[in-house]
Amino acid sequence: MIGYLVRRLGGAVLVLFGLSLLLYGLFYLAPSDPAILTCGKGCTPDRLAEVRHAMGVDEPAATQYAHFVRGLVGGRDYPAGPATRHCPAPCLGYSFETDQPVTRLLLDRLPVSASLALGAEVLALTAGIGAGVLSGLHRYRWLDRIVNGLVLAGYAVPVFLVGLLLLLLFCVQLQWLPFPSYVPLTTDPLAWAQNLLLPWVALAVIQTAAYARLTRAGIQETLAEEHIRTARAYGLPERRIIWRRALRGALLPLVTLTAIDLAAVMTSAVLTETMFGLPGVGQLLVGAVNQIDLPVVVGVTLLAGLLIVAANTVADLLYRAVDPRVELR
Amino acid sequence: MTVLRRLRGDRGFLAGAVVALLMVLVAVAAPLLAAAAGQDYTTYHDNLLDSARGGVPLGRFGGLGAEHWLGVEPATGRDLFARVVYGARVSLGVAVGATLLQVLFGVLVGTAAGLGGRWADAALTRVVDLVLAVPSLVLAISLLAIVPTDWPRPLLLAAVIAILGWGGTARITRGETLSLRTRDYVAAARLSGAGRFRIARREIAPGLAAPVLTYAALLLPTNMISEAGLSFLGVGVRPPTPSWGQMLSTATTWFRADPMYVLVPGGLLFLTLLAFVLVANGLRRALDPRQSEVLR
Amino acid sequence: MSTLTVEDLRIRFGDTVAVDGLSFALPAGGTLGIVGESGSGKSATALALLGLHTSATIEGRIGFGDLDLTGLDDKRWRRVRGARIAMVFQEPLTALSPFHTIGDQIAEVYRLHTGASRKAARQRAVEVLRQVHIPDPARRASNYPHQFSGGMRQRALIAMALACRPQLIVADEPTTALDVTVQAQILDLLDEVRETTGTALLLISHDLGVVAGSTDRVVVMRRGIAVEQGETAAVLGAPADAYTRELLQAAPHPTPPRQIAGEPLLRLCGVRKHFKQRRREPVKAVDDVSVDVRSGETLGIVGESGTGKTTLARLMTGLLTPSAGTITLDGVDIARRRGGSVQMVFQDPLSSLNPRRTIGESIADPLRLSGVRDPRPRVEDLLERVGLAHREYDRYPHQLSGGMRQRVGIARALAPHPRLIICDEPVSSLDVTTQAQVLALLEDLREELGLTMVFVSHDLAVLRQIADRVAVLADGRIVEIGDTAQVYAAPQHPYTKELLAAVPVADPAEARRLRALRRSLDPQPETTSPQR
Repeated sequence: MIGYLVRRLGGAVLVLFGLSLLLYGLFYLAPSDPAILTCGKGCTPDRLAEVRHAMGVDEPAATQYAHFVRGLVGGRDYPAGPATRHCPAPCLGYSFETDQPVTRLLLDRLPVSASLALGAEVLALTAGIGAGVLSGLHRYRWLDRIVNGLVLAGYAVPVFLVGLLLLLLFCVQLQWLPFPSYVPLTTDPLAWAQNLLLPWVALAVIQTAAYARLTRAGIQETLAEEHIRTARAYGLPERRIIWRRALRGALLPLVTLTAIDLAAVMTSAVLTETMFGLPGVGQLLVGAVNQIDLPVVVGVTLLAGLLIVAANTVADLLYRAVDPRVELR
Repeated sequence: MTVLRRLRGDRGFLAGAVVALLMVLVAVAAPLLAAAAGQDYTTYHDNLLDSARGGVPLGRFGGLGAEHWLGVEPATGRDLFARVVYGARVSLGVAVGATLLQVLFGVLVGTAAGLGGRWADAALTRVVDLVLAVPSLVLAISLLAIVPTDWPRPLLLAAVIAILGWGGTARITRGETLSLRTRDYVAAARLSGAGRFRIARREIAPGLAAPVLTYAALLLPTNMISEAGLSFLGVGVRPPTPSWGQMLSTATTWFRADPMYVLVPGGLLFLTLLAFVLVANGLRRALDPRQSEVLR
Repeated sequence: MSTLTVEDLRIRFGDTVAVDGLSFALPAGGTLGIVGESGSGKSATALALLGLHTSATIEGRIGFGDLDLTGLDDKRWRRVRGARIAMVFQEPLTALSPFHTIGDQIAEVYRLHTGASRKAARQRAVEVLRQVHIPDPARRASNYPHQFSGGMRQRALIAMALACRPQLIVADEPTTALDVTVQAQILDLLDEVRETTGTALLLISHDLGVVAGSTDRVVVMRRGIAVEQGETAAVLGAPADAYTRELLQAAPHPTPPRQIAGEPLLRLCGVRKHFKQRRREPVKAVDDVSVDVRSGETLGIVGESGTGKTTLARLMTGLLTPSAGTITLDGVDIARRRGGSVQMVFQDPLSSLNPRRTIGESIADPLRLSGVRDPRPRVEDLLERVGLAHREYDRYPHQLSGGMRQRVGIARALAPHPRLIICDEPVSSLDVTTQAQVLALLEDLREELGLTMVFVSHDLAVLRQIADRVAVLADGRIVEIGDTAQVYAAPQHPYTKELLAAVPVADPAEARRLRALRRSLDPQPETTSPQR
């Protein structure tokens, strides 16, 4: 167990290291100079040099990267005019654009993205498993059809298209809901949920279909297994067989999938945030990319990588928890 | 062949195939179609816009009429038909290109890992795991933002999507190859004196075709969605070249005043994607009827 | 009084009639066997006795004690299942839920039918596990099925059957998936619990030998019809029906052994094969084996699952390279064999033929490799030689039956004119009658072409018929080797004795003698647990 976690952690560090190296490498291979953008119009060579020094881009790429890694592990000091300013431990540098510490920016934005992704995931799981169980038991043919149609459609709609259509329908045509704007959960839970409702639905549609299909297939597969026949042969009631035996087998693949899907949900969240104008990490990234704001881009990418690795680890651990046959390697 | 018979009996597949084929034709014949409509995708038509309402097209349904078959774009007045037809080029072209690259790369790496020695397998599997662990959309956005704007954009899009998305094909190919090479008929071929390459070609490759094809068929719509998403976020093709995702991105500011501008590219995108998903689903069912129902 | 009375039972699936007019009676505490090949309707009968068919039409009467089972609704059925009639299934690996502990599964059934407290149910579970000789049952009850070996899982299933003290146990092929020694243990256990608890036993099997020693009466089924029934001794001793006789004859029987004193063709010297494992001791699949295969002989290698017999077979062909030791064919290292001088016939004829190529192409390949330009005529000759028609050339493996596929496998092995053929369990996936035909074909070919053969099998009866010499494999080592007649008549090694005592025989008197012999040998019930 501990050995497993250590290996996993090592893998994660490797992935993140590779990611940051790749980003740094590409930024410095690319011919665009972020300092020119920051310096703005009417930039004198002297001023440019100053800016470059302040941004830390006047040093060789390798040195910069070394500084970056050191800052990430132990924090670092930046020159700010005559004085220096300290950027504490997981230091990702300062945004070229807003001069804010990137760690701060990410932490500010994270609640929005987390609200969005987790809410959508909960919605998708509830609806998906519910529909999957019902259609898996072959009680309702029409439900089967709907799940089938939905899953195909789910593969065929980009999330921003769903978002646009939802806005068009509920905010413009029917005018049931206001245009979403983020309200923190701590300020007003009701407004929080109301404003996030459309983004949640948009983000959940695709996952719901996939979960429903998977649950249904899982239930049908498990019900066809021999130990279900044994349970029947020993007089266990059908309801007990479904809830205690079949669902257990059916939910196994779902556990892994959910954790891994978090990655997919996260990338979709970038689009959803842009779509609905929610001030989340995704929106931060899109803005930073247009401004070639290197520290922010690197920060967001690393955060995304970290979340994916964490999700995979959680998936493994969960799998171990629900299936006694699995050994962690 | 049973596969063909099964495909012919699958109504969903047939409908999908017809629409998909139609879309491919549209993309290929885009200049002809635009010429037939007497339009092109760059000319502004300010006279067709209602400047009092901020540049919404005049007339009903986004200015739809005999002149402009699907109306015109808000703010610019460019012909929407010409733009969506050319947009099909970008969407399909990038998706097909990316899929081909992914399959090529994935199959090469996958078979190399599956047939190579223990070390080759371990090393390549690591690489594949790394590729799969990367947050691809996030990284794609970053990559596309860094690259200078004068590079050929569609090619670049295809390349970036492919580079970040070949892991799945490689993993599937490796798994299939590993399972195929332990089959007894491969042992029998070795005993009759067949060499490594002959076995790869005659015994293993035929077994790989079906799973790889099934997987690739589903990659195509996925790649289309990626392209649309990247264009939607503004890192796709550069104006004036049109793409459906990019049009939808502009549409987010116009959808209250001009819903047509959402519905036309959005509808086309959905229809095309659905068609390709149906084709993929049909292929999967025909090629591997025993496999579980799950499309994944 | 009869516990179970089946009268004119008919089971139909749509238009297919699975069982057609079956009648038999089983007295309280008695034993009855139902024997038949695949498709005989024996398993359909078993499921009908518990009302487990979902899509079948069932006619006739099934009387159980004072109950008429045919008209029961679902609720009443549930009170019979497990409580009064309990079933033991074929696949112990999949018959238990992988997500719940053995003890919980048994206790659940007990509580369901008796309404006992959790604690009492738990105690009952441990009690029945002890009754089926699971060592340390209190601890083992909290194991999951995957922590049990195959034989122990089957014991656990029997324990579950015993939990509610049923009047009847239906065992459907309870030993088919098990090794021969484990099979004997399970059959002995069933016999023992029947005696101690007084339950009746309905034993269903494809193997006459399984039924012979464990039942008083037997029903022989073929295509849904009972062709013969009566006292087991009478039916097996003096069969009245032609099909029963055919079944008895198809079972392998000893042939007069040949004395072959040829020069060694294949020599294995101190051969080892170890498979490395991550962070564990390497698996010693083959451990210091030295043996000569004489030119012209048939060497039988017998071993149970996990004894390394398949690894040994593959080493002999050069498909695997040994970790230590040498293997030479005619004095030349086997790794440098040319062309197709060593060929192999595989166990699973479906996986040994490429499903995407026609069988003709599969056979033609080795010919093409040896430079034959137009191999089709040669392939057609070979097809004919193994008893297949020319037109089979263009068919695909899935279009053939199991027996036909194995003939194709043999034709492919013959194509490159091999000197040595290694057969790895070539008949173990086939029905008894097909098995007899394939064995006869192999014998003919060996004689006609003067082949040397190595025949690997778990089945001592098959080897007794086909092999000139037999080597007994245990834990990767040859523990005994000698002329077939001598090994069978006077086994030296204890493991060989145990193996021979475990072989099911179709003669009831002999079967009872062997059971007594096994009790005197008293093998420990296997206690190993790992699997994976």
